[in-house]
Amino acid sequence: MSIPAEKTFVAALELAGAAKSFGPVIALANGTVELRAGEIHALVGENGAGKSTLVKILAGLYHPDAGDFRVAGEPVSFRTVADSKAAGISVIYQEPTLFPDLTVAENIFIGRQPRGRWGLIDRSEMRAQARELFAQLGVPIDPDRVAEGLSIADQQIIEIAKAISLDARVLVMDEPTAALSGTEVERLFTVARGLRDKGAAILFISHRFDEVFDLCDRITVMRDGHYIGTHATGDVTVAQIVREMVGRDIEALFPKQDAVIGDVVLEVSGLGRAGVFSDVDLVVRSGEIVGLSGLVGAGRTEIARAIFGIDRYDTGTVRFLGKDLPAHNPMAAINAGLGFVPEDRRKQGLVMDLSVARNSALTLRHSLARFGIINGAKERSEAASWTKLLQVKGSLDASVSTLSGGNQQKVVLAKWLATEPTLLIVDEPTRGIDVGTKAEVHRLLSELAGRGIAILMISSELPEVLGMSDRVIVVREGRIAAELDRADATPETVMHAATGAREDAR
Amino acid sequence: MTTADYTGRRSVGASIGHLIRLREIPVSVALVALVAITFLANPRFLSSQSVKDLLLNATIVIILATGQALVLITRNVDLSVGSILGLSGFLTGTLFATFPGIPIPLVFLAGIAIGVLLGAVNGLLVTAAGVPALVITLGTLYIYRGINNAWAGGKEYFSGDRPAAFGNLSVDTFLGFPIITLIALAVLLVIAIALAATRGGRDFYAIGSDPDAAKLFGIPIKRRVVTAFVANGALAGLAGVLYASRFSSVGATTGTGIELDVVAAAVVGGVAIFGGSGSVVGAAIGALLLTTITSSLTALRVDKFWQQAVVGALILSAIIIDRIASLRTARKLRVSEARDV
Repeated sequence: MSIPAEKTFVAALELAGAAKSFGPVIALANGTVELRAGEIHALVGENGAGKSTLVKILAGLYHPDAGDFRVAGEPVSFRTVADSKAAGISVIYQEPTLFPDLTVAENIFIGRQPRGRWGLIDRSEMRAQARELFAQLGVPIDPDRVAEGLSIADQQIIEIAKAISLDARVLVMDEPTAALSGTEVERLFTVARGLRDKGAAILFISHRFDEVFDLCDRITVMRDGHYIGTHATGDVTVAQIVREMVGRDIEALFPKQDAVIGDVVLEVSGLGRAGVFSDVDLVVRSGEIVGLSGLVGAGRTEIARAIFGIDRYDTGTVRFLGKDLPAHNPMAAINAGLGFVPEDRRKQGLVMDLSVARNSALTLRHSLARFGIINGAKERSEAASWTKLLQVKGSLDASVSTLSGGNQQKVVLAKWLATEPTLLIVDEPTRGIDVGTKAEVHRLLSELAGRGIAILMISSELPEVLGMSDRVIVVREGRIAAELDRADATPETVMHAATGAREDAR
Repeated sequence: MTTADYTGRRSVGASIGHLIRLREIPVSVALVALVAITFLANPRFLSSQSVKDLLLNATIVIILATGQALVLITRNVDLSVGSILGLSGFLTGTLFATFPGIPIPLVFLAGIAIGVLLGAVNGLLVTAAGVPALVITLGTLYIYRGINNAWAGGKEYFSGDRPAAFGNLSVDTFLGFPIITLIALAVLLVIAIALAATRGGRDFYAIGSDPDAAKLFGIPIKRRVVTAFVANGALAGLAGVLYASRFSSVGATTGTGIELDVVAAAVVGGVAIFGGSGSVVGAAIGALLLTTITSSLTALRVDKFWQQAVVGALILSAIIIDRIASLRTARKLRVSEARDV
């Protein structure tokens, strides 16, 4: 089934050529999707393909810079979330946004509670209506309990109940199954199919191909902010969809220089944290870049944080340079020679209002201090030597908030290099950095590996992982799904491991 | 799934469980226990005169704690209530001294009006500036107090300047309750109903529970927060008028420092300092508890220093109980939501 050239019906929702950019970053170049009443439509694409931006446009959170947006044939232009809701669109996020202190019934009806005498809220009526909604969905949830402590699955059902009570004709589910168990997924699917059969249009976003093929009638593929194509589920295979999701040139962009790979520096075995990850074994050698790949939320950052000692872990050991590293003690990790460049540099990597010099020397506070007082001149000279090496642009005295994303990232790197680490953990090193500077950060990481530093790189960008890594470790749902040598790591093998699609599905 | 065998009805057991988990319970239990222990040690503690004194002492703080609870529930705080009370009290003294024949209801209206005005300033500053209410109202605390100082100078008005009928509000009783306490209870009742059973009132909880979600829902956050500050200002204004009835003098320093007692009362009464839960009734009971502690420790001849330490320990235990409960929920959630990990 292809999109008919001559339309004899009106799509429930139609977005064509929607674009959205934030400054120089193009989040969405061509967002196109057409939802028909009575269908479940999958939207697939890699991390960063623009799916979330598209969803936020549908939700009324973002206003597109360009493009045609119609609901039931009528052109619309949402300014607020309320506009989108009024048009009959309900969005269910991966992490539902309920009010933890309010009851389930109240969460469904907040702002629209049924009223009885003297305009006061009629609680028993509200409870009855909530109960009716849950009966309709076939899910028993106590309308009187507070939302706090509900499982994600139940929270999503509440969001769906809310959508139904709002008479939503379009339901957008943004990775609803990412945090659900098998039976919970089945329950959600039953509810979704029931709504479809009643004529709702559902947009379903998921990384799990088995779910997409099981549930959805049509699939739209996106890549790098562009619309790639729409297929009827019966006409395509998993392999075709994966190819459409990843197809592009990689090698040219990310040159990893060859480095001498030496002894084992970091050895993690059996690492586990209840409910987050388990049985994590990994090894990083000096001069080696190990890519930690996987979908957003697979547990990569959590593993790295546990290794570095920011979070506790329940089982397993971390051995560094042949010695056990104490758990939950980042200072010991730093002293042993680990560095951690976090994902969110603004919040975790930098003190935004301090100067470049201060930030670069933050990790050196102890060695720069005498009797507890930091020597300002020494601080500057240390900072100057590292920022010069990394070619940070701008004055040492400028506050880092004035620097570009790429230069901020270099300051974070400088901060850690100043400790002369043996192993550097970098989490999403090029997120939010423009293409030119990206290459520079890659060159830097490659150079550091060349100097014998071991690097554990978390990245959601497939080309970056494939271009930079000597080895790729793929994490799926808190477990290591695959370990691939550079030669074996292709977009297809990594994506298959990350999404759980089996090789034989091709 | 939470409860697979859930029948759809609220069982008796669930209702009792619901009651036990009410946030007002710990403070009520503490209050009853305290009164019982003190009564056993010193039976005169529950004589009608000393109960009356207790209620009179608690009245002002009950009204202020009710207002503070409104603001706290929206995840804000108002530290300027002591200064608002001061201005309203001094205005009351001034009005009676300047216009000796002025009708008493008019004075009440004037006191409430100045509270509304000052509360509105707080609310508008907080919503417009996007700066935490803690900082804004710390500023207005000093500004309002400064205005009071400039206006009053060294001047004080004494109860002799005010009509006897006005002072009698704090002397006469009805069914054993002083009139001003009844005024406070009436106000408390109206606000408790508005907060629990109107859409706008429930929005207060939603905003405090998760401001981002409230935004996603299209709840008019700014309007609601300003309303909370205005209502709190009005109550502080009312408290100022009642203060002038209850106490002999009003001047430049009236109400100084009372804001901390008020926040303490609300927190002890189960109002979460980070918003979203608690009730004005709980806050009022908290106010009563703190006042009772002072009286009963005096009745038990405990040193003044220890009285303050007890209040401090109560605040800490209220917060620690809250924190432990939320940590346990978080841990339970993390494990229960894990799939096969």
